[in-house]
Amino acid sequence: MYKVVIGLEVHCEVKTNSKNFSYAKNTYSEYPNENVDTVDIGLPGVLPIANKGAFEKSLKMALALNCKTPDIVMFDRKNYYYPDLPKGYQITQETKPVGVNGYVMINVGGEDKKIYINNIHLEEDTASLDHFGTYSLIDYNRAGVPLLETVTEPCINSAEEALTFLETLKGIFLYTDVSEARTDRGQMRCDVNVNLKNEADEYITPKVEMKNINSFNNVKLAIESEVKRQIECLENGNTSELIQETRRFDEQTLKTYRMRSKADAVDYKYYIEPNIPPIKIDDELIKNIKSEIPMLQFERIEKYMKDYGLSRYDSEILVKDKKVSDYFEETIKLGVNAKSSSNFITTIILGYLNKNELSIDTIYLTPKMLVELINMVDAGEISSKQSKEVFFKCVEDKKEPKTVVKELGLTQITDDKTIRDIAVKLLDERPDLIEDHRKGKNTFDYFVGQIMKQTRGKANPTLTRDIINEEMNKR
Amino acid sequence: MKTILDLRKDLDEKKVTSDELFNEAIDKAHKYQDKFNSFVTIIDEKEEEKSDSLLSGIPYALKDNFSTKGILSTSSSNILKDYVPVYSATAYKKLKEAGAVLVGKAVLDELAMGGTGTTGNTGIVRNPWKEERQIGGSSAGSAAAVALGIVPFSIGSDTGDSIRKPAAFGGVVGFKPTYGRISRYGLFAFASSLDHVGCFTRCVRDAAIVTDILKGQDERDMTSLPDENIKYADVIDKDIKGKKLFYIKEIVDKEFYKDAGKETLEILDKFKETISKCKSIGFEVEEVSIDEKLLKAIYPAYMTISCAEATSNNSNLTGIPFGPRGEGNSINEIMFDARTKGFSELIKRRFILGSYILQRENQERLFKNAQRLRRVIVDKMNELYKTYDAMILPASGGIAPKFDDEIDRMSDRYLILENHMAIGNFGGFPSITIPNGFVNNMPIGINITGRVFEDGLTLNIANKIEEALGYKGLIKEEYDV
Repeated sequence: MYKVVIGLEVHCEVKTNSKNFSYAKNTYSEYPNENVDTVDIGLPGVLPIANKGAFEKSLKMALALNCKTPDIVMFDRKNYYYPDLPKGYQITQETKPVGVNGYVMINVGGEDKKIYINNIHLEEDTASLDHFGTYSLIDYNRAGVPLLETVTEPCINSAEEALTFLETLKGIFLYTDVSEARTDRGQMRCDVNVNLKNEADEYITPKVEMKNINSFNNVKLAIESEVKRQIECLENGNTSELIQETRRFDEQTLKTYRMRSKADAVDYKYYIEPNIPPIKIDDELIKNIKSEIPMLQFERIEKYMKDYGLSRYDSEILVKDKKVSDYFEETIKLGVNAKSSSNFITTIILGYLNKNELSIDTIYLTPKMLVELINMVDAGEISSKQSKEVFFKCVEDKKEPKTVVKELGLTQITDDKTIRDIAVKLLDERPDLIEDHRKGKNTFDYFVGQIMKQTRGKANPTLTRDIINEEMNKR
Repeated sequence: MKTILDLRKDLDEKKVTSDELFNEAIDKAHKYQDKFNSFVTIIDEKEEEKSDSLLSGIPYALKDNFSTKGILSTSSSNILKDYVPVYSATAYKKLKEAGAVLVGKAVLDELAMGGTGTTGNTGIVRNPWKEERQIGGSSAGSAAAVALGIVPFSIGSDTGDSIRKPAAFGGVVGFKPTYGRISRYGLFAFASSLDHVGCFTRCVRDAAIVTDILKGQDERDMTSLPDENIKYADVIDKDIKGKKLFYIKEIVDKEFYKDAGKETLEILDKFKETISKCKSIGFEVEEVSIDEKLLKAIYPAYMTISCAEATSNNSNLTGIPFGPRGEGNSINEIMFDARTKGFSELIKRRFILGSYILQRENQERLFKNAQRLRRVIVDKMNELYKTYDAMILPASGGIAPKFDDEIDRMSDRYLILENHMAIGNFGGFPSITIPNGFVNNMPIGINITGRVFEDGLTLNIANKIEEALGYKGLIKEEYDV
């Protein structure tokens, strides 16, 4: 048996107004080289200016990942030549990263697992290159965008775990508002390290690194492909193919290909960036940042299951989007049955949002209104079927549920006498059907249907059935 | 030769207009250019000046490693020979806002690396006092332009002694304030932790006036210092009675220079005379002893740190985003070609050294040890500054060398005497060189290095010594051109 050992290095762009070390805007642009400052193209004489927002957000993420934060934050230079790196060095953190020795809890197939974080550090993104046959174009929009790199310990043991970790991490980025973490815009990218251990927990293949994988699904495919390759090499005795190296994952062939071996590895000649004085981090700042971190997905799921009796499945759906989760929690605070609220949100509201590509905070129905709506159902004032109709009307017409119910004339008839009068009259008219009923034929529903017809569906169904039953038994 | 204040008075009294001053300056600049080669670019049209500062209408020269929007900025290197920046350095902007009038961009040793004024891509800079001698560097053209009387002040940069050494060789004042006092934004980086912006002037007062305009915090330079809200020009006349100076025995005691040449010995004698004068005007001056091993480490530590930082700082010069594009079949070949053609041999040597120093396997032994030495030296200085207000030493061990001088002065002892001014860069101390008379008809200088942040006091001390010595506004009567 082989044990798969995976370590991840996840790069994620930080959401800030300006770039990490310049005053250029940090925003997605369709137009190349629009958001560019002198610093971003490395003109002679420029100096980096550390973005306060970027390192405070980085500290926030470090704290959310349960990392130790340093007393001072420092930056280092990583030196190498490449056209996407205009200064000839990248400003990153080697000596004093924003966080070390943290962990993230994940849940894989119902089992909890702790993923250890070696460190999390703040650096700058490179320019993007577009290659066209004989020439390449450089877009500096991305150059200097703050980039947070989260480095795990080699403690991930399957592609599924890796995928769950990435999704959990993305959730934390979104919950803490540190990043939009959109893989479709290349905001989140991943380097994957894979090797194998035997049953005695000894490494039996050298570490292989796969760089710059741009989607979570590709991470999974790359791991599966590389694990397969390493096992095949081992079993075929093809050990010369097993060296410490960097490989490229090809999306088309789903295979990995050699890029460079460890022997060709670049010496990045790290040294402390002299233009950014060390930035002191005091307890007050850490306290303030900590207070801004909301309860995260993992804890929320636990809470929903334990305190509200929801299923893991429903809890996971609710916490997927923080706004939805916050909305749900708001309804609970206002006093509503948690399961009713969860059901309404996960079935009716989320369906509507997905269909119309809307966000929950943009619809007219506030948590307070939803509570009113659910309470009307629970009180039997309207049916659950009607509540759905009311919801659509609310969000489309931007009206409160009570108003909609009134306008549609939906208020149920819950008055015993009104229903009983109709029932008595009906039963009087059709003694034959009462006889049939006694003989075992189902004529009961006929009477229910007639009452509904006469009340235009407003009669409370439960009450109606009870009354018919009582009146039949009297005869 | 007129100082900034003299010219200010003339302008205010309408004895002269700023246009006349500018035209006079560019006429002189052109006249002396062939022989002395101070400039890469001489401005042909005067910039509009609007300000009521002391510098309004005063012409000046700027070292060509400052970024000047729309004006060629070459750093005297082929790799930037056609580079016209799109932005302006903070120092240049401030001078422009103060109404100072740019006359030209001055030649330097290529990329500010070097101390001879001979390595710029447009040729050597000659010493105005004797054309077969160097003016020194790297701020060679800036020093020469003031020494020649083309401009009353100029701007340079100082990483080891690049302002203070050529100032001594040219018989002018050269001042670099505390690290961070003047923004480095737009100064082409050589070694960021050692680089300073500073000025050449004809007297200490002018250095204070120019620094008053240049200083201040800059949102574009995180290492720049907050404003102190004092004007140095207002504090340089304060009484210095009881202020304490020291000099280092191991650097100036003649007993260590038994084999030294006549000029060096004369420089040491002149220094002793100056010390006596300092005492006579009220300074307390004491001799202190510093471990010779530490002093000998200054130069290697300086070279190690500066080469390492220079390698990294100049990695942006690839000919890709700007600069002459190299040829080749791959991106690596293209960058390689641009850098091979763009830098002189001396620069390449420094980059290779710097790269070697920063390599993972060497960094601890070379780079980190050099940084530790730097720290020990700075700690030692700061300890002395608890007792003393400033250090005073000869700015050089000899007069300006001839272009064909054999390098026969590479003894350890001479290396200390010649390179101690890097201490000012190690600690970011304010440091000023002022003229100290002549040896063999060539000007020599003394250097005063003060406590960090105390630029005012350092200028105050220098001003008082300058008054006592009387070597102010030195200029050779006539230059043969």
